[in-house]
Amino acid sequence: MVQAVPREPGRLWRNPEPKPAYDVIVVGGGGHGLATAYYLAKNHAITKVAVLERAWLAGGNMARNTTIIRSNYLWDESAAIYEHSLKLWEGLQAELDADLQFSQRGVVNLAHNLGDVREGMRRVHANRLNGVDAIWLEPEDVRRVCPIVDVSPDKRYPVLGATYQPRGGIANHDSVAWAYARAADALGVDLVQGCEVTGIDVGAGRVTGVRTSRGPIAAGNIAIVAAGHASLIAGMAGVRLPLQSHPLQALVSDLVEEVHPCVIMSNTVHVYVSQAAKGSLVMGAGIDAYNSYAQRGSFHVIERQMAAALELFPVFARAHVIRTWAGIVDVSPDASPIIGRTPVEGLYLNCGWGTGGFKATPAAGWVLASTIAKREPDPLALPFALERFTTGALIDEHGAAAVAH
Amino acid sequence: MLLIECPWCGPRDEVEFRYGGQAGVAYPKDPDALDDAAWAAFVFVRDNPKGPFAERWVHSAGCRRWFNVVRDTLTHEFQK
Repeated sequence: MVQAVPREPGRLWRNPEPKPAYDVIVVGGGGHGLATAYYLAKNHAITKVAVLERAWLAGGNMARNTTIIRSNYLWDESAAIYEHSLKLWEGLQAELDADLQFSQRGVVNLAHNLGDVREGMRRVHANRLNGVDAIWLEPEDVRRVCPIVDVSPDKRYPVLGATYQPRGGIANHDSVAWAYARAADALGVDLVQGCEVTGIDVGAGRVTGVRTSRGPIAAGNIAIVAAGHASLIAGMAGVRLPLQSHPLQALVSDLVEEVHPCVIMSNTVHVYVSQAAKGSLVMGAGIDAYNSYAQRGSFHVIERQMAAALELFPVFARAHVIRTWAGIVDVSPDASPIIGRTPVEGLYLNCGWGTGGFKATPAAGWVLASTIAKREPDPLALPFALERFTTGALIDEHGAAAVAH
Repeated sequence: MLLIECPWCGPRDEVEFRYGGQAGVAYPKDPDALDDAAWAAFVFVRDNPKGPFAERWVHSAGCRRWFNVVRDTLTHEFQK
């Protein structure tokens, strides 16, 4: 499982000056923004596109997540978009001609009490009805899939079973971003770094362009793909979003031997852990409770997730934490994303992914590009429209989100 | 970890508190007059500023009383 790490490649994209006008401006140069630009060019032949990034490409949450990929969500709407994403992941290395260290090593969600067991079994059945691979594991099966998990029955929170998605896994976040960036650039997209959007110009109810730290840029279509900062940027156009920004922390250990063959997640003792290709244990847990844009959180959150990890994996006692960090995630009321149009003509959203956006990178870009190109919501994105908070058709994924909000 | 000044108990560690989100969100004066969009705004939409934010905390492991503070969401500093 510990793989050779690919050599760092040479220059992958141009570093152009922004042009005065584009057909589409994507605000935010993270994974989702780069994927959006790529699919606009690739699927819809829209190449007068700029991705505006205030810092450097993929330096926000794309550089801060725990890279878990899965599609085992409860509701039909979620299963459809996340499974579309997983299918895109399965062809992505070939499509982008890049080694993404995409590894389908399986994702296990542990159950520690009767409520967990019932919810997990229900989710397995729901997943299978939606064509998502899902298996219920008994404790002995869990030990077979992941021998280092302590499944002894005398634990404070014993492992009573688990859901298992064999096609789930992990990928290397930087490689994914760079591959999308290179491919988008090759199709003519301008990736403009160090360009902060400071205003959105609206005339007669539709967008006409943006103001930036590098001057005004005109565009009839603007897509906000800015994660934790989405509500601030939407606010520039007078649109209020049902989002709250919170820190989500994660940590890595020093490099250890190959010990952990899959991805383990536990809602109840609350930690999720995988082992990256180079050997470090990568783990995360819930958000910090308070609103924040500081890209750091409180240490007791780290302490608790390490306690949870040791409860599940006694073998981790000798590993050392070498780095902790936080990303700013945009949490929505129903733990589902907001994708699609806004009351302002030409202004599009892809936000609210909260704690789970990495796995959706390909699909988020795919459906947003389609929504912009066709000027109507992509069928996979339609249920996730902003209007659901008015109609009440929420998509409550707090259970499958596997991260406490 | 934040050091939060409870108005009744003094400065205490963050783990003694629960967060309550934006302060000063009043229940609609005339609920019958609200349409769906206005209800959505009241139920789901809160301010999310980068900077000073008036917010609520409850000293749940202490005196169990609610109070308001203004905290900067970029620096985590509490305003006096």
